[in-house]
Amino acid sequence: MEGTMFARGLKRKSAEDGEDVEGGLAGTQATPSYSLQRQSLLDMSLVKLQLCHMLVEPNLCRSVLIANTVRQIQEEMTQDGTWRVLAPQAAGRAPLDRLVSTEILCRSVREQEGERPAADVGDGRTPGLVPGLSAVPSAQALRSPQSSLWEVDSSRENRGGFQKSLDQIFETLESKTPGSVEELFSDVDSSYYDLDAVLTGMVGSTQSGHGSGLQAFTAVATPPPGSSCRSDLGELDHAVEILVET
Amino acid sequence: MARNHAGQFYSGFNRLGPWCSPSGSPAPLSCETGCGEGSWILVCRLLVPTQVSLLSMEEDIDTRKINNSFLRDHSYATEADIISTVEFNHTGELLATGDKGGRVVIFQREQESKNQVHRRGEYNVYSTFQSHEPEFDYLKSLEIEEKINKIRWLPQQNAAYFLLSTNDKTVKLWKVSERDKRPEGYNLKDEEGRLRDPATITTLRVPVLRPMDLMVEATPRRVFANAHTYHINSISVNSDYETYMSADDLRINLWNFEITNQSFNIVDIKPANMEELTEVITAAEFHPHHCNSFVYSSSKGTIRLCDMRASALCDRHSKFFEEPEDPSNRSFFSEIISSISDVKFSHSGRYIMTRDYLTVKVWDLNMENRPIETYQVHDYLRSKLCSLYENDCIFDKFECVWNGSDSVIMTGSYNNFFRMFDRNTKRDVTLEASRENSKPRAILKPRKVCVGGKRRKDEISVDSLDFSKKILHTAWHPSENIIAVAATNNLYIFQDKVN
Repeated sequence: MEGTMFARGLKRKSAEDGEDVEGGLAGTQATPSYSLQRQSLLDMSLVKLQLCHMLVEPNLCRSVLIANTVRQIQEEMTQDGTWRVLAPQAAGRAPLDRLVSTEILCRSVREQEGERPAADVGDGRTPGLVPGLSAVPSAQALRSPQSSLWEVDSSRENRGGFQKSLDQIFETLESKTPGSVEELFSDVDSSYYDLDAVLTGMVGSTQSGHGSGLQAFTAVATPPPGSSCRSDLGELDHAVEILVET
Repeated sequence: MARNHAGQFYSGFNRLGPWCSPSGSPAPLSCETGCGEGSWILVCRLLVPTQVSLLSMEEDIDTRKINNSFLRDHSYATEADIISTVEFNHTGELLATGDKGGRVVIFQREQESKNQVHRRGEYNVYSTFQSHEPEFDYLKSLEIEEKINKIRWLPQQNAAYFLLSTNDKTVKLWKVSERDKRPEGYNLKDEEGRLRDPATITTLRVPVLRPMDLMVEATPRRVFANAHTYHINSISVNSDYETYMSADDLRINLWNFEITNQSFNIVDIKPANMEELTEVITAAEFHPHHCNSFVYSSSKGTIRLCDMRASALCDRHSKFFEEPEDPSNRSFFSEIISSISDVKFSHSGRYIMTRDYLTVKVWDLNMENRPIETYQVHDYLRSKLCSLYENDCIFDKFECVWNGSDSVIMTGSYNNFFRMFDRNTKRDVTLEASRENSKPRAILKPRKVCVGGKRRKDEISVDSLDFSKKILHTAWHPSENIIAVAATNNLYIFQDKVN
């Protein structure tokens, strides 16, 4: 295998987008392919955490390790100043995303089955490795609109990212038995969140103050800071409420 | 064939081991020799015998036939049969396995007999019982798995055997005892057990014990429940034989064997605000000789030695073992691969061994700032960490074991490979536990992984490794060179043939 640490699918993307991304990274140290790879790792980690949250008995050690990885990436991206970098491909799709994400709120869970993210799920697995999670398409990381840093121009991307992550969650739900889906949406005692759903809140509460995309998926409602993203946050909260039936 | 003073037979001549003695002079006792490259042979391969448990031990059955006749195809293996823990008892006579279905199977070593010399060293089923059942936590709407996480034997103090077995939440003390006599001649019951009419009883007699066919029964003697909020990952019997500890992700509790409704919390690393949680406990063990000392390892690659005499709550460690990070190897996965999956004291009590994702390290208790030895288990995986993170293999928890003399350490890897490191000669060997290599008594061939460039004939390339075949659990006989290796639902027993 080549020396690359990352899934093969990514290399293709990197070749395509390297040029565009580079333009936006003036002054930062991160090379385009590195930042894309890092982004992909962040996406993958967030998906893993979300899956943790849905498992019947989340493995605390695994969750903590993944959360620490996410935090590391966030910290590095903050230092790089790349935390607010927008991937150019999202710009063109913005209107569609806006439409779609509003639609989500009106649809039931099962209707989501027919929907798939357009981006390919690159199969970056090397032969011989156990098929596990499919490679996460290099998409925007889920970002909480709570962060004031990117409230201005990231609202569209937020929803695009949110849409993608939601799709990933729904994909996971489909693969489970109907019984587990019921269990997932059954009323959960709030002590469950205190006890085992540590990461839904914890990743967001780093010193940098950046919200984590995961917060969008908890039932813990923190009042949003006054910002132009209040409406966005309201929609997200609404979606979350639907998800957990509170 | 030569026979040494211990009465063991040796055959052939070992060409590989540096420690072998020329024929003619008595070979040293097997446990005293290093065995980094000794010739290992397969003694027997055992499958978790779901059907053997239904057979009565009273029947006159060649137990080896049982094992062979139940050698099922791989397709029959169910997930419940996956072995999740392996442990020899203190004499090595018994070998216990726990599986994902909550069952414990105990194997007993075949006794040496003049007639069947080759049978010595084989292990046969001794007892099977259901230790834990799946439970449902109604408060949290969560299922509690019945999978046996750990088994630990108590030292034998009478004719019965005692072991602790635990799942995620509950520890149980089991008594395994033999019954080979049965009372006959009751007064109130007849021979079939029917009650006799008291009016017909004219004389009294004392029941006598008559021999019966051997029956092995397991009974739960204690159940230690409701003391762990998080998943139990370790149990360890104290050297005082009166107490033991159980460790979960955030807490360690101390129990007295006699008291099941109370335990003492001796370590608690749960932060006041769970959002600040960044580190969990991954393994814990008591010192083999000092009943006040124990160690626990963390997901950040640190080990803490605690002294229970210092305070009731051992949140402050006596010693803190951590190796400084190598800046050249730093990546986003550095922390994950530094997470310690197993910690074991040496039999001497002087060293501890830790297993993280890519290495095994030996630490001297007197030196906290770095390990004294580091062994690479499968460093070729370092460039694959992202893929292994993606498919979750990077979270696999491998165990590690010492041999009886603390001269050799062993741990598992992927592709059903397991590795042994001789601490004295610094030589290591990779062996494979697989059905293809399973000819009994055939010498295991050392394996090699090719990391790049030209692949030699017998080597296997990194990309061909099967990551679903992982050796997480192994055990080493306390005094002899006999090892037990668990591969999914198979238990392999290998013996070192000293020649």
